[in-house]
Parts: sequence; C-alpha cells; structure tokens
Amino acid sequence: MDAPAKITSATSNLGRARPRAAFILDSERWLGPLLIGPAILYIVLLVAAPFFMALYYSLSNTTTGGGTLGFVGLRNFINVVGTPKFQTALKNTIVFAFLSQAVILVLSNALALALQKDFRGKGLIRFLILLPWVAPISVGTIAWLWIFDSTYSVLNWMLRMAGLIEGQGFMWLGVPHLAMGSVIAVHVWRQLPLATVILLAGLSSIPNDIHDAAAVDGAGFWRHYFQITLPLILPISLVAVLFGLVFTFTDMIIIYNLTRGGPYDTTQVLASLAFYTGIAGGDLAEGAAIALFLFPLLLAAALAFLRIARRAEVT
Amino acid sequence: MIGPKLRSWGARAVRWTILAALTIFLAFPFSWMVITAFKRTSDLYDLKHNPFLFYEPPTLEHIDRLFSETLYGQWLLNTAFVGVLVVLITLVLAVPAGYALARLTGTWGEKLGIGIFLTYLIPPTLLFIPLSRVVVNLGVDDSLWSLVVVYPSFTVPFSAWLMMGFFKAIPKDVEEAAMIDGYSRLGAFIRVVVPISLAGILTVAIFSFTLVMQEFVYAVTFISSVRNLTVSVGVPTFLVHGDVYFWGSLMAGCFIASIPIAILYNFFVDRFIAGFTAGAIK
Repeated sequence: MDAPAKITSATSNLGRARPRAAFILDSERWLGPLLIGPAILYIVLLVAAPFFMALYYSLSNTTTGGGTLGFVGLRNFINVVGTPKFQTALKNTIVFAFLSQAVILVLSNALALALQKDFRGKGLIRFLILLPWVAPISVGTIAWLWIFDSTYSVLNWMLRMAGLIEGQGFMWLGVPHLAMGSVIAVHVWRQLPLATVILLAGLSSIPNDIHDAAAVDGAGFWRHYFQITLPLILPISLVAVLFGLVFTFTDMIIIYNLTRGGPYDTTQVLASLAFYTGIAGGDLAEGAAIALFLFPLLLAAALAFLRIARRAEVT
Repeated sequence: MIGPKLRSWGARAVRWTILAALTIFLAFPFSWMVITAFKRTSDLYDLKHNPFLFYEPPTLEHIDRLFSETLYGQWLLNTAFVGVLVVLITLVLAVPAGYALARLTGTWGEKLGIGIFLTYLIPPTLLFIPLSRVVVNLGVDDSLWSLVVVYPSFTVPFSAWLMMGFFKAIPKDVEEAAMIDGYSRLGAFIRVVVPISLAGILTVAIFSFTLVMQEFVYAVTFISSVRNLTVSVGVPTFLVHGDVYFWGSLMAGCFIASIPIAILYNFFVDRFIAGFTAGAIK
C-alpha cells in the first residue's frame, strides 16, 4: 500500500458523514461477533448439530432406509458391547493407537534431533521426509498395498536377496499378528513427518545460550538430552502425541485400503467397524453407537490438551 | 577414555544413519510408485527380474491407460473443483474469524478459540453417519456439492485457529497507525492487515486444499457414482477391484495425485508449523 493513496483516502473519509451501517461496523463491540459469527454458525450447523444427531441415533433404531426413529434407550450400546466383533475392535484400537504412538514418539525424537543442525541438502531431505504427510494418504496406502503384495512384494524380494528367507516369503497383510504390524508400520510412516516437524519447532524455540551453558558445564549427549532438551520440549511433544492419538483413534483409511479389517477382524478398529456397520451394513443406529465409543477417549485427550495449554500459558 | 574428536565422528555417524534410514523408510513408497509406473507389464510381473531395474525400456502405457480407459482425469477435475470451492468458503469464514479471535473478542474469544480448536476432536468418523442423512435431506447426495457443503466443517476450525496465530504475530501498532490515518477498524483489517497477511492466507489455502485431497470417509460415504468420485476414493475403490490389479496404472495414479501438491506444500510448511504451534502453545 503506498502512502499518498492512504492519506487521500483518509482525508476524504474525514470529510464525509458516515451512514449508520458503517457506524455499527466501526463499533468494536459489534464487529467482533460479526466477523466470527458466520464461522460459528457454520460450525454449529455442520459439527455440533450432527454430533447431537449422532448421540440421538445411537439411542434409536434408525437404518439407512430412513426407517423410524424409535427411541430404544441404551439398547444399541448394550447390544454392541456384547458382540465379540466390538470387543476385538476395541482391543485392536487400543493396541494400534498406543503402539504406533510409542514408535512415533521415539522415531520423531531421533529424527528431529538429527535434523536440528543445518547441513547441505537439508531442504531436499526435509521434502522427502514430509512426503507421506502431504501426499493424499489413501493413494499412499495403495503404494503400500503394492509393496505388501502377496506375490510381487518387494520386501520379500529384498529379504530373499539378503538370504533371510526362501521361497514365497511373508503374507504381510494376510496373517493376524503380521497384518497388525504392517498396518502399524504404515501408520507410523504416515504420522512420523508431522510429529517430527512439530518437535523441530519445539527444539528451535529453545534459546541457544541454554545449550551453550550446558556444553560449558560439560554435559554429555544423553544428560544434555534428558535434563535440558526433553523437559523444554515436553509440552509441545505432548501436544504432538495427543494430536496423534486423536487422529489414530478416528482414522480408518489405512485399515480400509490395506486389510478391510481382516484377516478375521484382527485389524478391525472402532472407526472402521462403525463404517462397516453403519454405512456398508446400513444399521445407522448401531454404527453411531460404535462411533460414539470413541468419544470418551477423545474427551480425555481434549482435557489433557487443555491442561497442557493452560500450564504453557502460566509459564 | 574416548577422545572428543572420535566422539564427534561417532555422533555424526549416528546422525547420518538415523537420517538415512528414516528418509528411506518415508520416501520409499514414492520412489516405488515411480519405478512401477514406468515399467512394462511383462517386466513388472517377471519374478526373476530385479524389481529395482528396468529390463525393458520404460513406457508411458500405464499413464496412457489411466487417462484413456479410466475416469482418473475426471476424478482429478472433481477434486480440483471441490478443492477450489472449499478453499474459497474456508477463507471467507476463517480469515475474519481468525482476526476476531486475535484482536476483538478478549477473554471470551480465547475460550471460543479453544472451543473451535476442539471441534477437531469431533472427527468425520463420529459425524459421517448423521451427515449422510443431512446430505440426503439437502438433496445433494451422490453429488460433488455434498462435499463442498461438508468439507469446510473440518477446514474452517483449523484455518481459523491458524489465522488467529498469524494475526496475533502482527504488531497492534500496524492497525492503530492505520486507524489514526482515518481507517475504521474494519477498513484497517481489510486494507492493511489482510494485505500484509497474504502469506499466511496462502498457507491456509494450501493447507485446506491438501485436507480436501486427503479426505476419504465423507467422499466414500456420500458419493456412489463413479463419475463423481474424488481421486482419494476413486483410486483405491475403482482402480482396485476384484482380483485384477493394474499396478502400473495404479502407481501412476498415486504418483500424479501426490507430487504436485507436495512440492507446492513444501514452500509453506514452515509458516504452517509456525502458525500451528503459535496457536497451540502461546
């Protein structure tokens, strides 16, 4: 914006009496709500209202056919909890979420520390590292489907070349525990980039004199890491983990594309079970009930997040 | 006692090992897409061949088939159509909201900001069931408009949060000076604050677009006609069907959908992280 234009428009503004509408827009008491109102309205209509609809569905007997909305109380929840399918999915969700987050936490710390110093080619490496997070996840998982292919798996080929296996090799997605391992590996692959960049931001916010002081005092790598770096990046790491957990609880793309919950439901998680029950199976009420089992987990994550945010504000 | 020189060599070796191993892990599927996409079918399915090498000259037949025999091109157009509209809606709603949260709403704005942020905790997997009903009632089921209506529900909260972070980083003097010059608060926001925040706004736009490209659950729920699919659903559901996998075309489709957006994104990632963490921590 060039200065002369600003000045002329300012003087012409002063000379003119303002219409009433403009006056309301100028009053800061009204302007705030006016600017934020549309976004809030949209969120209420398309997030809050459907959320309460989901709550209501879970207490009803509605189906995709648009059938009746009879009130059945907690019957859906009671029906669902009793099924072995649900119990397996709940167990799988917990295993999937906590194992993958633990691996991500360790690897992202290692990767962020390795990337902390500047070096030649860092830009390229960072681009490559970010790819899994930026590229559409559903096409990324299709690449993994090909890597895990039962006949042409490149992993099996490499293992054969290394002399570790003979013959056909592993059915990466076809054997219960191995399938869970494969799905977790793909999930780690997908989330590691975001966790790493968040940690990098945390690392770069530590003032250099703190590191210098530690170096002068002769602290070795591990001591330096556990007594100085880790405590300082703890809040932001917790945010990264919480994001990761929420994301993991609610994501079904990897499962849907790689295993469809199989073999024998050993990779079925709550999110994918809700989809198969509610949409593919047409039982909206039961699907909604399964999906809502996620909510207590999410609520716990939300409360933890708020606590961290508040503590960070105090310091 | 290990000498300091040896120790620094050791540290460097460890650092490069970690970097190399994890970079290969993260980037490998993309290189695998490229290799597969350009390999002739007979070469691809010969188990005696080294899968990393080209025994026959590279070919464009897979890419050709992708565009001539499947609806992939249509899916790309659909994704772009939904993406552009959703980005516009997101900017119209989220930029003013972010400004209000950063400057105008005081303490209750802070609570509202956290509230908006927490809508992230009500994800598609909770909402797709009731929203599938809403979409039918609006008469937009099986149409791209269903996605245009629903997608801002996850782009707006995040974008408002990011914009709040960007606006907070602008010194208050900027608007105060403009208001002394005779602008109203709204005028100062539109004529002064928005122009200097263009980089932030662009970040939000790119970010929203990638979210649209990523989205899967709503699209697979609302859309049933093959013609109306987006890339992220079309590729895994209609290129992979039955037992016949055209891996060459599939990998070409995956690669084309991944790389342009990744390159674009790379320019904005620092700003994105800055906004993200500024909003989340301070």
